[in-house]
Amino acid sequence: MNPATASSNKLDFRSRGFDFVSFAFTSLTGLATLLILAILAIILANVVWHGWGTFSWRFVTGSADQDMFDVNKAGILPMVIGTALRVLVMTLFVVPIGVITAVYLTEYAQSTAVTTRIIRGAVNNLAGVPSIVFGLFGLGFFISFIGGAMDAGRAEPHWGKPAILWASLTLAVMTLPLVIVATEESLRAITPGLREASLALGATKLETILKIVLPEALPGILTGGILAVGRAGGEVAPILFTGAAYYMRDLPKAATDQFMDLGYHVFILSTQSPDIEKTRPILFATVLALLLLTLSLNLIAVVVRARVRKRMRAGH
Amino acid sequence: MTNVPHNAKRTVGWMGIHRGHKARPVEWLAEKFIYLISLTAILMVFLIFVFVAREAMPLVMGKMNSAAARPVIAAKEMDKLKPDELRDYLGLTAKEFQQLDKEALTALMEVREEEAKEAPKDKDATVNTTEWKYLLGAHHWSDSRPEDRYVWQPIGRIHKYNLWPLIIGSLKTTIVALLFSVPLALAAAIYVSQLSSPSLKEWLKPAIELLSGVPSVVLGFFGLIVMATFLQGTFGYQSRLNAFVAGIALGLAVIPVVFSIAEDALTSVPRSYTQAALALGASKWQAAWQIVLPAAAPGVFAAVVLGFGRAIGETMVVLMASGNASIMSLSLFDSTRSITATIAAELAEAVFGGHHYRMLFLIGAMLFIVTFLTNLAGDLIMHRLKGRLEGRAK
Repeated sequence: MNPATASSNKLDFRSRGFDFVSFAFTSLTGLATLLILAILAIILANVVWHGWGTFSWRFVTGSADQDMFDVNKAGILPMVIGTALRVLVMTLFVVPIGVITAVYLTEYAQSTAVTTRIIRGAVNNLAGVPSIVFGLFGLGFFISFIGGAMDAGRAEPHWGKPAILWASLTLAVMTLPLVIVATEESLRAITPGLREASLALGATKLETILKIVLPEALPGILTGGILAVGRAGGEVAPILFTGAAYYMRDLPKAATDQFMDLGYHVFILSTQSPDIEKTRPILFATVLALLLLTLSLNLIAVVVRARVRKRMRAGH
Repeated sequence: MTNVPHNAKRTVGWMGIHRGHKARPVEWLAEKFIYLISLTAILMVFLIFVFVAREAMPLVMGKMNSAAARPVIAAKEMDKLKPDELRDYLGLTAKEFQQLDKEALTALMEVREEEAKEAPKDKDATVNTTEWKYLLGAHHWSDSRPEDRYVWQPIGRIHKYNLWPLIIGSLKTTIVALLFSVPLALAAAIYVSQLSSPSLKEWLKPAIELLSGVPSVVLGFFGLIVMATFLQGTFGYQSRLNAFVAGIALGLAVIPVVFSIAEDALTSVPRSYTQAALALGASKWQAAWQIVLPAAAPGVFAAVVLGFGRAIGETMVVLMASGNASIMSLSLFDSTRSITATIAAELAEAVFGGHHYRMLFLIGAMLFIVTFLTNLAGDLIMHRLKGRLEGRAK
């Protein structure tokens, strides 16, 4: 056994000195991490650098009445309002359904039951459906099927055409998993002791959920809502055929009106501009507005989530 | 989180009816209501498939005919046809057919005869291009160049719906995206979950996940306006927008997906594994590479699978940065067109309920099936992995 001992001694000796492989491995993976962050920084810096000059109060609050391809006149207020409206309507639908599903999954469902497993599978699957398929779904289900049924007996389609309501509902289906997962996480962060204390004092399960668990989980529910808004705010593919308009003279007034959208406007400015060099400042400023909207929402969600996780670790 | 004392006690009997609803009807109703609402997610996945496939159904069943010139039956021969044959020939629904009298039907048949006289006469004019053999097989089209045998060209006289240019376009951008993003994202996941200090990790993880907050239309814009010019200057290829540019921009959308799942899988490997390895004298990277990574291998695989699903389903990036020419080419530096971009670009122009419209729903349904299977696989792998790791950890 002498040679074996000798070789292990040798290994021992090497690992005490400078470990080249270890250094290379750590620095390579570290570099990859750095590269990803650098790309993110480059995108942000590039947009801010080129967009800041045009990004002004007048630009944000200007209407699109004038030429939307003219640097000195273009404004994005209708797009901001359109995006805000569709996201708001979406929130009204997605948050209640998402929160109730999360409550079922954490408070009622048995984690081993087949139904629970299928619900979880469906939630994960919904999160991975391509956004363009949501667009097709919105067109086939909400507009043709539901809108068509509501229009029965009407000569002109009133409901069965692209509208802000249908775009919002399509986005609600798309963001459902985000709300469910975020709410579930915060519900799980609450110590079982809190629920048990409430039950021991004679509260029923429903009372415990409504008065103890949900208020306690509010930050997580907010995170879910904010993440959903951030995600939906920048999505374009699902609203291409369900409600976004190239140009509208008026702001949407009814649920059946179409709307102008910030993300869709970025698409139009990048691909359909009559003179890309001239409209470049508007394009960058619009992208800047969109990024400010989605990234600030994401940042808020990240901060709230970090606090929830901290409490979860403290609680267990 | 394996302790379940708060929901261990369940109401008993059929749907809880023996005890629950008599003792506390509101509680019982609330539970059933919450249960029903929680089925929404399942319902939605089901509805998405049903309603996308529904629009494509007539095409799959061979009910659509896209031929520029259709076979014609002389109007005076109308009496020889059975009512059903006549209805099929004129393409009417049963209700419409009943409402028309004989004169109107004769008029319709005469219109068809007139149409036939003006229809193009070449060999492809009578071809129904929505048949499967034209969707998937090669064909010499009379109005395109002889070397273009696989063509997606839904405009013009003969609507050509060959799917290969789109499938290959989608695969090309997806492969570039995965080759670019998977190594980066996996390396970052290993670094963040295993090698960095805990305080650094608290910053790195959200920072990388912030990339998923960049909307895909912005990534598409960045690929189209900034990266395309830069990459063309660096590599000096011919067409400015191509599968390569789109793939790199697409990779930026895939990185956060692969990173999050791989990081999750690596973190779910019990700390005791690493600690045991370190106690035996392994260095940090040896523990990460030889112990943690093999233990989390299925999760890493799931991350790649889900990254593939994300890449092949992404629309705006590809629509904006790939150039959108539906040419059959294996070169990464040719302009390409993906399945998703085709739907986004063409649906607005397609006639509602026509064969082009239904064809776009058909490729949408195919896309849904592909991503459904990849998601299912990813989900099952992650579920098993976590079960195994948690089981062993006890």
